[in-house]
Amino acid sequence: MDFFIALFSDPVGFYTSHTLLIGQIGINGIVATSMFLVLYSGQLSLAAPGFMAIGAYVSVLMGLHWHTPGAINMLVAALLAGLVGFLVGLPVLRLRGVFLAIATIGFIEALRLGVILNVPITGEGLGLSNPKADPLGGVNFILPSFIVIVFVIWRLTKGRLGNAWAAIRQDELAALSQGIHVARYKMVAFVISALMAGYAGALEAHLTFNVDPGEGNFGVTRAVQILTFAVLGGSGFVLGPVVGALIITLLPYVFDAAGPYINIVSGIFLIAVIIFRPQGIVGRGGLAIIKPSWWPRRARVSAPTPG
Amino acid sequence: MDQQIVNAIFIGSIYALFAVGYTLVFGVLDILNLAHSAVFMLGAAVTYTLVVSYGQSFWVACVGGILVSALMGLVIEHVCLRPLRRRRAPPISALISTIGLALVILAAVEQGKPGSFFAWLWKDGANAVAFPVSTIPNPTWHVGNLTLEAVKVAIIPIAIALMLLLGYIIRYTQVGRGLRAVAENPRAARLMGLDVDRIISLTLVISSALGGLAGILFGVALGGISPYMGRDQVEVRGLAIIVLGGMGSVAGAVIGGYLLALIEVLAFITFNSSVSGGVAFAALFLVLILRPQGLFGTRLRERI
Repeated sequence: MDFFIALFSDPVGFYTSHTLLIGQIGINGIVATSMFLVLYSGQLSLAAPGFMAIGAYVSVLMGLHWHTPGAINMLVAALLAGLVGFLVGLPVLRLRGVFLAIATIGFIEALRLGVILNVPITGEGLGLSNPKADPLGGVNFILPSFIVIVFVIWRLTKGRLGNAWAAIRQDELAALSQGIHVARYKMVAFVISALMAGYAGALEAHLTFNVDPGEGNFGVTRAVQILTFAVLGGSGFVLGPVVGALIITLLPYVFDAAGPYINIVSGIFLIAVIIFRPQGIVGRGGLAIIKPSWWPRRARVSAPTPG
Repeated sequence: MDQQIVNAIFIGSIYALFAVGYTLVFGVLDILNLAHSAVFMLGAAVTYTLVVSYGQSFWVACVGGILVSALMGLVIEHVCLRPLRRRRAPPISALISTIGLALVILAAVEQGKPGSFFAWLWKDGANAVAFPVSTIPNPTWHVGNLTLEAVKVAIIPIAIALMLLLGYIIRYTQVGRGLRAVAENPRAARLMGLDVDRIISLTLVISSALGGLAGILFGVALGGISPYMGRDQVEVRGLAIIVLGGMGSVAGAVIGGYLLALIEVLAFITFNSSVSGGVAFAALFLVLILRPQGLFGTRLRERI
């Protein structure tokens, strides 16, 4: 509770004292938007942590070895993540649903376990330390990026691209028969999402002083967490995943009374939200929640039968 | 080398048992039950606690562990799956609700320390433990240059017998016919007078009991019982196995389990320990791209 009192009584002090948290919210928001884009085009891809890893390692290594400025490193890293996204997308995007999800898990774990943990330049299991990280400057950079990205993606979903994606998501065969180039539009969504994830990874590497190749950072655990942002928040609207990211990142602060049992409370919270609002927090139906079957209901008035 | 291959067969049996439960639920419900690895861990943790904290014999504890796992199957169905099914929620929401339950189970065991609220369930916190040596009789034989421990050798017939039994049930009994009918088309199955909810509950009970047993066997053979054993050891491997074998195919999951263990051992021999995990996932990636229906899957559902 102290957390929220601080937020409202002294916003400026809050901003400087919770820099890392605010930065993390922005980064999670960007990754959640990247997840939103693939889901919006009907693809259950869990590849985001892989692209984040590429963004993080490339940007930090460029800074360490070539001493190029941070902004350029991040841009190059994001572009490279997009390029890898294109190359991975070529074979993978033929798959659908759970198959795509598992193939992308194969990609991120092969990248993490097979490459990152075994190539000397990445620091292997120890990770990389990034002396050029700048938490406070980072946050001032992350928040505008986040807002711009969410706005751009929102505009994209409202345009021609967005219509094509929505059509593909609802029925791929029907979209194909309407002359929509399904493979191309899926690839566009996948590559943009890879770009965003790569950018988020680069930002994250410059927010903290260490790039950690752990499971929770670039592995399946992270992928599942990102998926949770999107599904919990609601994947029908751009703001849904962002809200999901915000809520999940803040959960430990909201339920700080739970102490060490925080994960139990978070798990119950996840189940409850998804059961009572399967469409996500931001979604159709306004604020209505679906009532459980045992909830008392008003008796329905049946129409009088004619005659 | 020979010893490594033998080890691959032990581990493969455990993987197969675990993956059979995974694939059974996917086959019937088209849902990935991500709480399955938590049930795997819970089975081992409960058995360990019964032996160490409550002084039960290993066999009694085993039965207890399997019962708790089976019960957890009912919890998964009633808490995570049935409410969503009633609402015709998309399958992806079941993914999230089972993740939520996995989080709860893992956190409960992780917080089990002497003096804490969950001390009755688990007393070693985040540490990895093994069954005390005296609790399980474990004669060891030397055949040629191989070392065979009884507990590891016993895993193979146990796993194979259970999988054959499951295959028999699915293929030849009334229950199995109901199960296959629901897998084929739940709506038609309901119209034919089948109690679909009950069949799905039963599927989850069988799946979770097998998952819990796999956890117990893993703990017996390899030690390393910890709150993270499911997440770290079998969660992603289970996914890889059911893809290798073809989603929803029980026989495929069995073969996939042994195959993955073999690939890992060969990669371990050829490269080193950390690359081997990567090789397994690279294999998974390749199989999905070249043969999306899995090595032994026959059909890939196409929406029309």
